[in-house]
Amino acid sequence: MSIAWIAIISTGVIGIVLGVVIGIVAKVFAVEIDERIEKVEELLPGANCGGCGYAGCADFAKAVVAEKATPGQCPVCAPVDITNIADYLGIVAEEKEKRVAVVRCSGDASHTERSLYNGIRDCRSAVLVAGGAKGCDHGCIGFGSCAEACPFGAIEIRDALAVVHPDLCVGCENCVATCPKNLIIMVPASIETHVYCNSPEKGAAKRTYCKTACIACRKCVKVSEEGQMEVDGFLVRTNYENPPPPEVVEAAACPTTALRNASLHAAGAYEGVSK
Amino acid sequence: MSDKPRKFKGGVHPNDSKALSASKPIQQAPLLESYKVIMHQNIGAPPELVVKKGDTVKKGTLLAKASGFVSVPLHAPTSGTIKSIDKCPGPTGISVPAIEIAADGEDAWESPFEPIADWMNADPAGLRQRICDAGIVGMGGAGFPTHVKLSPPEDKTIDTLILNGAECEPYLTADHRLMLEHAEEVVLGAAISARILGLKSAVIGIEENKPDAIEKLESVAGKYNITVQSLPVNYPQGAERQLIYAITGREVPIGKLPMDVGCVVQNIATVIAIAEAVVKGLPSIERVATVTGKPVVNPGNWRLRIGTPVAKVLELAGGISEQPAKLLLGGPMMGIAQSSLDVTVMKNTSGVLLIAADEVSLYTSEPCIRCGRCVDCCPMQILPATISQAVENKRFDWAEKLNVMACIECGSCSYVCPSHRPLNQHFKRAKVEIQAGLRKKS
Repeated sequence: MSIAWIAIISTGVIGIVLGVVIGIVAKVFAVEIDERIEKVEELLPGANCGGCGYAGCADFAKAVVAEKATPGQCPVCAPVDITNIADYLGIVAEEKEKRVAVVRCSGDASHTERSLYNGIRDCRSAVLVAGGAKGCDHGCIGFGSCAEACPFGAIEIRDALAVVHPDLCVGCENCVATCPKNLIIMVPASIETHVYCNSPEKGAAKRTYCKTACIACRKCVKVSEEGQMEVDGFLVRTNYENPPPPEVVEAAACPTTALRNASLHAAGAYEGVSK
Repeated sequence: MSDKPRKFKGGVHPNDSKALSASKPIQQAPLLESYKVIMHQNIGAPPELVVKKGDTVKKGTLLAKASGFVSVPLHAPTSGTIKSIDKCPGPTGISVPAIEIAADGEDAWESPFEPIADWMNADPAGLRQRICDAGIVGMGGAGFPTHVKLSPPEDKTIDTLILNGAECEPYLTADHRLMLEHAEEVVLGAAISARILGLKSAVIGIEENKPDAIEKLESVAGKYNITVQSLPVNYPQGAERQLIYAITGREVPIGKLPMDVGCVVQNIATVIAIAEAVVKGLPSIERVATVTGKPVVNPGNWRLRIGTPVAKVLELAGGISEQPAKLLLGGPMMGIAQSSLDVTVMKNTSGVLLIAADEVSLYTSEPCIRCGRCVDCCPMQILPATISQAVENKRFDWAEKLNVMACIECGSCSYVCPSHRPLNQHFKRAKVEIQAGLRKKS
């Protein structure tokens, strides 16, 4: 019995002594943390997407408090979150425009497939072997390397075509560099109308392997105001400096449906329209 | 015959299927109505176009001139007019610029080169320039400009010239037929290459499954002090590093070139092109390729002009007897699958191969079971299993540490993998990503 007591008492004493030592050490060697950093980090979304250019939200919070970055650099924050952070730090939040990704291709598998591809299901690997299964050299390969890179689930792979959901996209740009065909661009979220084609080939050539390619017929150029749609060789593009209103899509009645409104494209409204 | 050749570590023994075409003599393909010559047929800088749409050209007229040291010119395969300069499907599946020539049927030569009959006393620099002007590239598959290979830097001493007659790739018999039917040109081309390199001798390495070719070359090789070395049958015996090891016992260190161990390796078809360019003054406008496979009615070896569409090549061989599942340019191990019959013959197209549906199956890649077969067969002695896992996890830095850059893409590991893992494709991806990373850094 006494052996048990000795053990209990001696471990207890050791525990108390060590506890006091730890307490002293914690006081003497305490690392001062700016409480503002913790608070700012709390106000940030915590997605650690890296869209701001820093290694996660904690790193960004540190930079914001040190005034090396502004809260507006976070692409994920809603304007109200940014105002909250700015108010807390007593700085003025600058206005920022939300940007979203656009995959400039509308050629899904049913429109463009040419051959069987049985290799690695990753766009950057597929592009090395005959450019994947689709007939277009410039189009979406459809294995979803961009979707995999998206931390917000904003890119859907639908019938071997990457489709961005603009309401889910926060503009972190993680997807942009993953596309081996450089199809993804960042555009202001307020602009709805895009040409979903990025092939510089001649219209007739494009039509042989893709039903939804832009053939540069210029219908959309005619119904929009001057300068809103730009013709670049055999391809028309939206002028993002002077964008056309979303109504242009309906007015132009694009024969190949390459001209689309982003939200309707995400909802699948154009599927099977082009002949 | 010199001493017993060494056997390199690793390698595989696929069914060689060479019997389909090995006994068929080389046939000259008839003149077609049009040819589509792909502009960029060499490793290095693409040549610069010197003709325009509507121009009249003769057979051998310069179409594009070399745009740098590592670049070769391109010549017209026949006489006619330039119909268009547009795009055509390239061998890698991406459309590439090509020159379409409508033949006038006369096939009239423009002789741009003076034959160098006295090559034995000619200036090596002049011979090298001729090889460059003739547009000769490595015809075994890589398409590396031959004059660059024959211009070792001054600080490198070359003591061995090796001719690659291994033809280890299954199905292909073009080099075999060339050695049988053009043995004199082979040794002549070898002697000219040796002269350029300042050597007095050369070695021809031939796999021992071609005894007739060994015998034929031995009968003519003595003239220029050339020896013939028979090699054990083992894929990839014809890979540069493996061939050098088998013949000289030297190992080319990773990241170094054959010239660093004093060797230059030339393909059989390439040295024949060298002989023709020097002695006859002919540019590189045709090549011998094997047209083969179970679905081909009449497999054989054909002398094809560059720019011949594959659809026409298959017509020459009697068409197809059954629907093929796969079309490859090159052999089954390293050839590239095609999605179009419009792709055309290039200077480095060693074969057109069709595979029947019952010869292939669709595999799904399964997880690695760590059996180590790929490690046993890798001729470069790297670790395919481990590297492929690094690549799957996008850890290209690990792959680089594991020497993925040493991979010669011979496909032996993919061939033996019981889990049907696309190992070779993983390594291709890793190499591209690592090179892109290096470019970004510099």
